[in-house]
Amino acid sequence: MRTIKEINSKIRKGEVVVVTAEEVIDLVEKKGLKRAAQEVDVVTTGTFGPMCSSGAYFNIGHSKPRIKIGGGICKLNDVPTYTGFAAVDIYLGATALPDDDPRNKVFPGEFRYGGAHVIHDLTSGQDARLEASAYGTDCYPRKKLETLINIKDMNEAVLFNIRNCYQNYNVAVNLSNKMIYTYMGILKPNLGNANYCSAGQLSPLLKDPYYKTIGIGTRIFLGGGIGYVAWQGTQHNPAVPRGENGIPKAPAGTLAVIGDLKQMHSHWLVGTSMLGYGVTLTVGIGVPIPILDESILKYAAAKDNAIYAQVVDYSQNYPNMIGGSLAEVNYAQLKSGKIKVQGKDVPTGALSSYSKARDIAQELKSWIKKGDFLLTEPVAPLPGVESGYSFKGLKERPIA
Amino acid sequence: MVLKRIVLHFPHRLVNQPIVYRLVKEYDLQFNILKAYVTPQEEGLMVLELSGKKENFEKGMEYLQSVGVKIQPLSQDVIRNEAKCTDCGACVPICPTGALVVDPITRKVNFYDNKCIACELCVKVCPTRAMEVHF
Repeated sequence: MRTIKEINSKIRKGEVVVVTAEEVIDLVEKKGLKRAAQEVDVVTTGTFGPMCSSGAYFNIGHSKPRIKIGGGICKLNDVPTYTGFAAVDIYLGATALPDDDPRNKVFPGEFRYGGAHVIHDLTSGQDARLEASAYGTDCYPRKKLETLINIKDMNEAVLFNIRNCYQNYNVAVNLSNKMIYTYMGILKPNLGNANYCSAGQLSPLLKDPYYKTIGIGTRIFLGGGIGYVAWQGTQHNPAVPRGENGIPKAPAGTLAVIGDLKQMHSHWLVGTSMLGYGVTLTVGIGVPIPILDESILKYAAAKDNAIYAQVVDYSQNYPNMIGGSLAEVNYAQLKSGKIKVQGKDVPTGALSSYSKARDIAQELKSWIKKGDFLLTEPVAPLPGVESGYSFKGLKERPIA
Repeated sequence: MVLKRIVLHFPHRLVNQPIVYRLVKEYDLQFNILKAYVTPQEEGLMVLELSGKKENFEKGMEYLQSVGVKIQPLSQDVIRNEAKCTDCGACVPICPTGALVVDPITRKVNFYDNKCIACELCVKVCPTRAMEVHF
């Protein structure tokens, strides 16, 4: 029907037709798949949720005299960074905590500040305190460094998230009789609430369930700036059960994404504290889906009521790696405010902001319409259903 | 009849006195204690839901002020930092009074402070710590 090249030429001429993954639903219902596919060039998706496997690497520049932070210790605002690189390259993980954070010693821990908050603060233009210590060498004699540092003065500041954008996710509940504190939020006892974490009908990989257009090299909205899909994310798991519509009914594909942190915005990278669990980064991602043919549009027009997720117990089953689903519910039910589990009405809560996901899809749409954002052809596909790629548990083996 | 939720600040000299008892006995007001921090030698704080005849309620308030209790309406105490809120909705099933509700159209989280009882459950649950208490 159309190629990415043709879409880009329409973007340059200002003639491109872009709608969001939400708007496309009404459009297809009104005009029918065939006519809608003739009209629409691009569908924009969006998601804004906590994504723990996020982080950023920095090259801070060489001090005078030089210091070899590699193999030493380096902290940003008291949060430890990974230093196992060359002299002044460091990586800051979203979930990293200051050494003196009490963690869960006073339960449930509050986790007020960690790596994700440092990334948020740096992106908002604030200085960070950098403290490093090293062992000193002939070529890098300095052993101690303490300085304020600003993202604009660094050589590189790159967001590199090894797993983001989960294609679907569990709905978390608690079957036990005491409150539990999880990465899915507070779960009240005896099915007191059910928390979910997906933008559903706006979520990028749910709208391209077989990765027909999203692949390695796809240009995306990342944290308010431009980023790219670098690879499949860790735990990528395309072969989970899918509905007749092809949409995974459990957590499936994931993306590793990368982009220049300097041009991102703190509004879309938010330091997040999960009570009793830890710190994580809430990341805003938007992915454009080029409507190359009718079948791609059909997937992109899937509605909340056609996207199913599994209700999982986080008191016993999840922590002990016991499989099994208590119920299967769709996102329309989840968004209605309550679902039925084991005969009980359970109020729902979301960790992923649908209104922000909507804003992201709109923002990406406006970038494309203005001609600021061209689509890319994937360099290589993500491993698909037939690839044999899967997500395994750890097989523990005795050391001695 | 009036029903109001108020925050009372007691100077430490009043902490040992039966203030709430007088509200009941002399002004015929019904009370429901939503929260109380009372420590000897420190300022005491109590969040009350108070109801009764309008006239009695007003007299009761006059009495509280006359003995030196500072009164604040509850809605000023729990506030949402709009710049921090991401409208995710993690607070919604945790709020016991339905003061935090997702709007079905905008999918934004509305905060009805008139329904808030200052239990503070949302304060720690909020992933971005957008709910703030200002007693």
